Formats: sequence, structure tokens, C-alpha cells
Amino acid sequence: MTALSRLRAPIGAVVLGLGILAAGLTLLGYDAGAALAALGRGAFGSWYAVTSATLVRAVPLIVIGLGIAISFRAGALNIGAEGQFAAGAMAATAAALAVGRWPAIAAVPAVLVAGAVGGAAWVAIPVVLRARYRVQEVISTLLLNFVADALVSFMVQGPLQESKRIYPQSDPIAAAARLPLVPGTRLHLGFFLAIVLVGVVAVIFSRTIWGFRLKAVGEAPLAAVVTGRIDVDRTVAGALLWSGALAGLAGALEVSGVTYALFQNLSPGYGFTAIAVALIARLDPIAILIAGLGFGALEAGAAGMQRDAGVPAVAVSVVQATIIVVALLTIARARLGRGEAAA
Amino acid sequence: MALDAASFSLARGEVHGLLGENGAGKSTLMHVAFGMVTPDEGDMLVRGSPVRFRNPRDAKRAGIGMVHQHFTSVPELTVAENLWLAAGRFGDSAGRPDGPTAANPAGRLRARLWQGLSPTARVSDLPVGAKQRLEILQALATGAEVLLLDEPTAVLAPPETAELLALLREYAAAGGAAVLITHKLTEVFSAVDRVTVLRGGRVQLTGLVADQTVPGLTAAMVGSSDLEPTLPDPGELGPVLVRVGDLTVRGGEIIGIAAVEGNGQRELLRRLAGVAPAQGAEVTGPVAFIPEDRTTEGLIPAFSLTENLVLGLPEDPRWRRGPLLDWRAAAARMGQLVGEFSIRAPGPASPAGTLSGGNQQKVVFARALEAKPQVIVAENPTRGLDVHATWFVDERLRRAALDGAAVIVYSTDLDEVLSIATRVVVVNRHRLLPVPSGTSRETIGAMMLGAQS
Repeated sequence: MTALSRLRAPIGAVVLGLGILAAGLTLLGYDAGAALAALGRGAFGSWYAVTSATLVRAVPLIVIGLGIAISFRAGALNIGAEGQFAAGAMAATAAALAVGRWPAIAAVPAVLVAGAVGGAAWVAIPVVLRARYRVQEVISTLLLNFVADALVSFMVQGPLQESKRIYPQSDPIAAAARLPLVPGTRLHLGFFLAIVLVGVVAVIFSRTIWGFRLKAVGEAPLAAVVTGRIDVDRTVAGALLWSGALAGLAGALEVSGVTYALFQNLSPGYGFTAIAVALIARLDPIAILIAGLGFGALEAGAAGMQRDAGVPAVAVSVVQATIIVVALLTIARARLGRGEAAA
Repeated sequence: MALDAASFSLARGEVHGLLGENGAGKSTLMHVAFGMVTPDEGDMLVRGSPVRFRNPRDAKRAGIGMVHQHFTSVPELTVAENLWLAAGRFGDSAGRPDGPTAANPAGRLRARLWQGLSPTARVSDLPVGAKQRLEILQALATGAEVLLLDEPTAVLAPPETAELLALLREYAAAGGAAVLITHKLTEVFSAVDRVTVLRGGRVQLTGLVADQTVPGLTAAMVGSSDLEPTLPDPGELGPVLVRVGDLTVRGGEIIGIAAVEGNGQRELLRRLAGVAPAQGAEVTGPVAFIPEDRTTEGLIPAFSLTENLVLGLPEDPRWRRGPLLDWRAAAARMGQLVGEFSIRAPGPASPAGTLSGGNQQKVVFARALEAKPQVIVAENPTRGLDVHATWFVDERLRRAALDGAAVIVYSTDLDEVLSIATRVVVVNRHRLLPVPSGTSRETIGAMMLGAQS
């Protein structure tokens, strides 16, 4: 099955979700037509909307989504991408403030590597808890999201607070540590990096022994041990660390490509939306790219809808929720079908 | 067919031993008596009247209780809650310790079983002996006068076993009747009045224990056969390839492991196969392991045949290129194997889960032999296979031995062990007992049961 045909159900879900949104808006007395038009304009209305809103918002969803796919493929449920994103953003900010005098060619990679290391370090806690004490990563990664949030709050009021000490945010990072932009837009280098990563992860999944081991461990740990002689603990640990590294990298891309500073609530829930992106894409990297762009468009459109039609942006979560429910139902049905075939 | 014209009677006041090898039909017979299995033909009388049980509830209503092979209590609940569950709406007093102790055998036995059990204790906190007592209490919760116990001593230590057997004697003396399924002849001789031996679903023997002997019972259980293990000419054998304890295996030998379930034979196989820590087992050359459970250990059902091939042979230079895999090369090889082993599958891309058990086992064998193993360790390789697939498996193991491999095969079916092995080793309580050539089937059976060594 091609990535595109896998997205047939999600596309139907988008139409259904938009229908539900329109119905709800009409019931509440809004002009649904105007609101949907504003949504469309916000996402695709202009070259600027596409590049500077939709694509920019898709970057963290795609990069985090790829990391989610790596861990879920190995059966490790990393629900903590939001926290790893924040850890990556903190590490990247600290690095960017430290390397401000370096040339851009060295400063930018240093910032991105710091973000990835920060994200991996944050997920290393659940990795150790799982290896040592059999703590389920689905719990520990989730709970560490709240810890990461508190840590950001501490950082922007303490060690990383701006030198004026007024607002709870960091100083802006130096120009050398910022990602280059496509001229005339806010589209940063991170978008192109995300596309390269999609290709890299696609090759890892389909062509490498590591990608194959991930799938074997996720599908049947017992057979992976007995027949595959795979070290399941090590494979899962590796998957989680890379998953955290990608989420941390997304945090670094956000700081060095979009916000240029660290503050609280840097992410509007990218770490959670990316789980939905990865799941509806059935962990397929190419499909993650498409789904990430779709969700990016919805988020961009939501902002446009709020600005132009006065409809709260949160209303768009109806569309997202519909897509997620429909996509998960489709996946469940496909699983059932496979089970029947196997029986 | 699990049972073939097997007839069985149980009298008030007796403990009746039910013996037989794995798969002889003991559990099935008791499941029929408890309404869990409906027989195709035959009839059943309880206290002289014909009955037809549609489900265990009917059996409970007729005064029959069953203690299953595996614990049925809910670990998260307390003792009292479990009894309440077991009694359901048929309970006389849910077996409470302070409840009216009826003058029936169940009431008497209940009072004894309660010793050391607290109604408020959580089942997960109980030692295994107490859990087993709770199982019996559950079976008695409906006031049963007949108890069917499926290997109740398998999990118990000797003192707990002795205690349980004494309780059963009291139960019978008070007017109850019990069936005791067991593998252990010592229990039969110490606690049972009458004994019935099943083999292949047929009753081989039934009679008073006082009239039985160990060799007689063993012969009835394992049967007599002309198939004696034959030792090939030692001159044709290859070098020693496996060394574990006192056992050495040379290339060309097929060692048959005979053992009753749970005596450590599986751990031994896994040590030899390199799946578990070796603990002193020395194996030379590449090893292939055929695990018993094809669908959870040997294959990944959702994976294609090609992926399953690569799963077992990830380092094969034909498809491994450093960190990369050449799937086209692996699929080509798997396609050839589908032909060579006449695997019934549309092609190498079919998910392994869509194949029949026999064809899945062919895939496992094809993959195992691809590694050109010098040692083959097979765990119950014909489990669940039909006659043809069984023949295929035995044939492949023989051919591998002729080609110089050392083959170690364990089967729960003693007949299979004896028919394929060039040498038999009994595993009893984690000990390896070599069987001299020419040893009778009866003696091997006794060794498996630990009655002789």
C-alpha cells in the first residue's frame, strides 16, 4: 500500500471534521462559511501563509513524529516528546547563548546537536528506570513532561533569564546561532532538514538491520529474543534515545529558527499532536511528512480563523480530533482484518 | 480424538488415581465429567441416574467439583471474595469458616482446609500450598461430594503433597469421592484405592492399587513397542560437538530427551541452543534451535516469510551489507526455499501467520538448515502437526544427523523419542540420566517418573 492510499481515510476524516466544525459554528451563531474561508486563507491563502505559517508549524510535527515512529516501532510508547522538546529547547538556548561569538557555520550545528543531546538526556531517565526497575516508559515519559515544564519555568526565571531580569524569558540568541531563512519568508532551514530526516528514517526503516530489529522487537519480543537473538532492552533503549533526540532537535529548531528565545509554553502541544501525526501515518516516514504538513496547515489556519473571523483557534481541535478518531478506527479495522487472516 | 470409548467409574468413599502420559486423555476425561467438554457419544450416570451436563454449572449442581491444573483464583481478590465468586448462586454458605459445618464430607474437609487460611488475605500474598487449598475450597464451595483434581500436586513441595493426600483420604472416609490425576507413582501407592491408566484416549488398565506393581503401571502408561533405540556404529560418528555435565554428543547422533513436563528439559535445551546462559554447556559450531512454540518464538506471524528468514539469519552475507539489508536477495532465497521444502504459501512475501502449522514448521526448518548447523536442538518439533508434517520433521532431523550434525530432540511423546533417537537421555528433576541401549520402554518410563534411576 502506498503512503498516499493510506491517507485516503484521513482525507475523508478532514472533510468530515470540517463538516462537524461548520455545523458547530453555525449552531453557535458564527458565519461558518466565513470562518472556513479564513481557515483556508490562514493555511494556504498566500505564499507567505504557506511558507511562513503552514510549513513552519509542520516542522516540529514532522521531526517529532519521526522520533515517535522510531520508538513506537520498537513497541516503546514514548509519550514524553513534549518534555523532550522542552529539554532540547533549553539545551539549545543555553548552547546558543554560549556560542554567540562563533561563526554561524559552527554555531548552528552546535545548537542543534545540543538540542538533540538535551532531548536524549531527558528520555534517558525513563530508559534507565525501565532497564533498572522495569518502570513502564509510557508512564515515566508522560510524567516527565510536567517536570520539564517546571524546569523551563525555573530556567527562564533563574539561570537562563534575560539579563534585564524583567520577563520570564531568555535573552534573544545571537544572529550566528539562528537558522538561515528563505528570503522574504519565515521558513527556516529546519524545514529542509526535516525533509532530509524523513528520507533518512525511511531508509533506516526499510533497508537497515537496525530498522528491522526495531520492528521485530515491537512486533514480537519473544521471537526477537529466541529466534532473532536480539537484545530487546538495548534495542528499546536505543529507540527511545533516538526518539528523544529528534524531539530535542525539534525544540532546538524552534528556538533557533522561530522564537530566537526560550520562554514558557514554547510548544502549543507539538509533542502530543506529533503522536497523532505518527499514528495516523502508521509510523511510515513519508506519510508522517504528509500528515505533518496537514496538521501544520490546520494549526496555521486556526490562527487565521481566530484573527479574521473571531472564532477561537481551539475550535480547530474538533477537526484534529475527528481525524485522529477516524484514523485510529481505520487502523483498528485493518488490525482486525489482519488478525482474521492470520487465524 | 482425545478419548476413545474410555469408561470410568468412581465409588463413594474412594480416591481414584488417574494415570497416563501427556496427551493420554486424562484431563479430557475429567473435563467430560465436569461438563466442560461434551462427548460425541456415550453416557454418564451420577448416583445411578443418567445425566447430561451442558456446562460446569450442571456438574456443580450434581455435586461435582473440580480443581484445575492451573490456579483459577483471582490474585487481586481476597480468599473470601474468591470463594464467593466460586460459590455463585449455588453456594450453601460460600464456605465461610464460621458457617454451618454440614455433616457432609465437603463440610468436614472445608473445616480442615481453612487451617492457616485467613478470609481477608489477598490471594497473591498466599504461599503456593495455601493457594492450592483455596482451589479445593472453591471446588467444594458448592457442597461437592465428588472432587476431580487435575495434577494438584504438580506445584506442591513434598510436605504439602503429603498433607493434601491425607486430606483427600479423610474426605473419602467421610463419604466423598475423589479423582486424583498425577504423574507420580509414589502418590498412587500411598493415597489411592483404585487406579485407571489411560493411553491414547483408551483405558489400558483399571483395578485396585493393591494389585498393581510399578513396572505394570509404567508399561500400561507408556505401552510396549518393538521400536528399540538403536545405537549406530561408533566408528561412523563425528567429533564430540556437545558437552553438558556427563553427556557428550557426537556428530551423527540423535539424542532423544525423554522427560515429564517440568523437569528442567526445556532449560537444558535453551542452554544448549544459546538462548539461555550456557552454565557449563559446551557447544561447538553453529547451533540451530527449533523452539516449541512456532508462532510466538520461532516466527513472527505478521512478518513475511522473507522477513522471518532474515530474523533468524541476520548476519548471512547473502543479504547483509554492513548495516544494510538486501531484501531482494533474501526474498530470492526464500522463494527458492518455498520450492525446495514444498512450503504451501503464495510466495516469500506472504505473512507467516497465514500458513498452516505444518507449513510454518517447514519454514522454521528451512531457516534452521540454512545456517548449516553442526548442532540442532529441537523442542517438541512435531507438536500440533499432522502425520505428514511429523514425518517431514523426523526425516529432516535424520538427514541432518546423517550429514554429520549432532541432533538433540525433546518430545513429550515417548514413542517419537524412541523412534527417532540413536540414544535416549532421561531428564528427571534437572538431572541427566543416560539410558543404556536396550533398556526397556517400561524402565525408561519409570526413570522419567523418578521411580527408579
